Amino acid sequence: MQMNREALLKAYRDMVTIRRFEERVQEEFSKGSIPGFVHLYAGQEASAVGICMHLTAKDYIASTHRGHGHCIAKGCDVQGMMLEIFGKAGGLCGGKGGSMHIADLAKGMMGANGIVGGGPPLICGAALSAKLRKTGGVAVAFVGDGGSNQGTTLESYNLAKVWNLPAVFVIEDNGYAEATSSSWSVGGDQLDRAKGFGLLARRADGLDFFAVYEAAAEVIGHAREGKGPALLHLMTSRFFGHFEGDATTYRAADEVANLRRDKDCIALFRRRVLEAGLLGAAQMDEVDREAETLVDQSVAKAKAGAMPSATDLLTDAYFSY
Amino acid sequence: MARKSFRQAISEALTLEMERDPRVVIIGEDVAGGRGAPGDQDAWGGPMGVTKGLIGRFGPERVFDTPISESAFIGAAIGAAATGLRPVTDLMFVDFLGVCFDQIFNQAAKFRYMFGGKAVTPVVIRTMFGAGLRAASQHSQCLYPIFTHIPGLKVVIPSSPYDAKGLMIQAIRDDDPVIFFEHKAMYDDLDEVPDEAYTIPFGEANLIDEGEDVTIVALGRMVQFAKEAAKRLAKVGIRCTIVDPRTTSPLDEDTILEAVEETGRLVVVDESYPRCNMGSDIAALAVEKCFAALRAPIKRVSPPHVPPPFSPALEDLYVPSPARIEAAVREVVAYAE
Repeated sequence: MQMNREALLKAYRDMVTIRRFEERVQEEFSKGSIPGFVHLYAGQEASAVGICMHLTAKDYIASTHRGHGHCIAKGCDVQGMMLEIFGKAGGLCGGKGGSMHIADLAKGMMGANGIVGGGPPLICGAALSAKLRKTGGVAVAFVGDGGSNQGTTLESYNLAKVWNLPAVFVIEDNGYAEATSSSWSVGGDQLDRAKGFGLLARRADGLDFFAVYEAAAEVIGHAREGKGPALLHLMTSRFFGHFEGDATTYRAADEVANLRRDKDCIALFRRRVLEAGLLGAAQMDEVDREAETLVDQSVAKAKAGAMPSATDLLTDAYFSY
Repeated sequence: MARKSFRQAISEALTLEMERDPRVVIIGEDVAGGRGAPGDQDAWGGPMGVTKGLIGRFGPERVFDTPISESAFIGAAIGAAATGLRPVTDLMFVDFLGVCFDQIFNQAAKFRYMFGGKAVTPVVIRTMFGAGLRAASQHSQCLYPIFTHIPGLKVVIPSSPYDAKGLMIQAIRDDDPVIFFEHKAMYDDLDEVPDEAYTIPFGEANLIDEGEDVTIVALGRMVQFAKEAAKRLAKVGIRCTIVDPRTTSPLDEDTILEAVEETGRLVVVDESYPRCNMGSDIAALAVEKCFAALRAPIKRVSPPHVPPPFSPALEDLYVPSPARIEAAVREVVAYAE
């Protein structure tokens, strides 16, 4: 599938922005400047970006606890995200949500989620809403291999099918549900499961941006054309642990080093477009610098940002009360 | 007696009971950790390392990692309990009980009653609760009032490593479903804990201090905060009785009522949401059963009626503090009869 230079540059920019963002969050977390729990997306960038390149603001996504990449790919403000992760008043959720609950409904981002399997039913609702309001929109749930085993996910396949919803389930199979291997925890095959419910089901190498992009075009196109729900199973891998602080002793000793050396989705993308002469090295280096600057500035502003005030504690639980 | 952590106290209780009774099995997400993975096959031992080492000691026929399928594995534990095993499950965060609540409150809780007393369901559901770790709205709730509300469930909230061990052994030997609450900020707390097995009966409150001015009823981590407040208040001559109910179902009404009869003033400290919580339950109990003894309105110290916020600036205001407890006690003492 052809992508023009502008689209290629956007894909590269989004992936690099996610990578820099996550690396800085990791660094700041390890220094103790970020409170709470963070679950990092680095390594999986091709998945979020390859999917979201096919979406616009009228389309909705639901994310997971590992949500920063989905947020950036769907257009959430990087500065607002960083402020949120630092618990500051100017954050996308006013500091009330934090890393696990970043959301921006105006951008079609229905939230990272602290509950595994929390997203799939929500996107059935977003898809129903799009269908009834005739927006032409689709709704996409990102689900981990762990989340694929929740009843909520399997029930959502069925509901999406019987209501013929413009819904897409993207299984980001990074090999581990927390510390448990997906090769053990997933009974049957993800595609067979989806086909069993009548969904269009496809699999792609989640570390190959172009494979994701092409497969996403098919499954999202299918849903958008009103042909019903679809599932895309992406084989991917994370650079970091389940959460920051996870010692990852369940992984093979050389696993992450090999992954970073041979299967870094951004390096693979860069090599491909350079070899094909689609983008220049200088052009991409410039994007790298811009992403670095954006993230640096975001961290500086997040550190300097004001904490929420005492009155904020009591607002927002209800629309009116 | 050795000083042991809250984590170690629960781990010892599990180990002792698994040695004593082959029907005791451990079920949960990453209770060992690493299943099917290339590395360590006991990588986690649960989110806080409480069950670490159990798979090595007792093997995979006693310690079961599960897929992330709470409804299925909690329900399976309940079914196994009803048919001869004594499972201890790990549900990580109490917030996740939302995923599997039916199995607990429509199945486990009701079997015995619905089946005319014929069923026995000795399952323990261990779960972390409480704010303080900046874990935000879906990983910081308390929720024990919801379980206390359901007939058929027993609800345990230890406030110290010593109590945690004795209450856990009691929970495993108990023939009813037990929800066992572990405060996530307390795993490294230290206490004198005997090496041998011992039980603490359910429905027996712990009377921690006895002072004549005010009764403070507190649960879980709030017991520590109440002790801090009481220490400061003692310096200004206000003497507090602290009652830790230890279990909210059954609830030791007698000890609470006797203390209120003695002091005539009651402050209830409850980290859960303020509506329909243990504070309101215990306040109602006092009003109903020892109204005449009350010399001041009852004060409840709880978070506001909002979800736990993420930002440290907000979470610190959210969780009841020793200072807020102290202020509540001063207020009831200052009340002019």
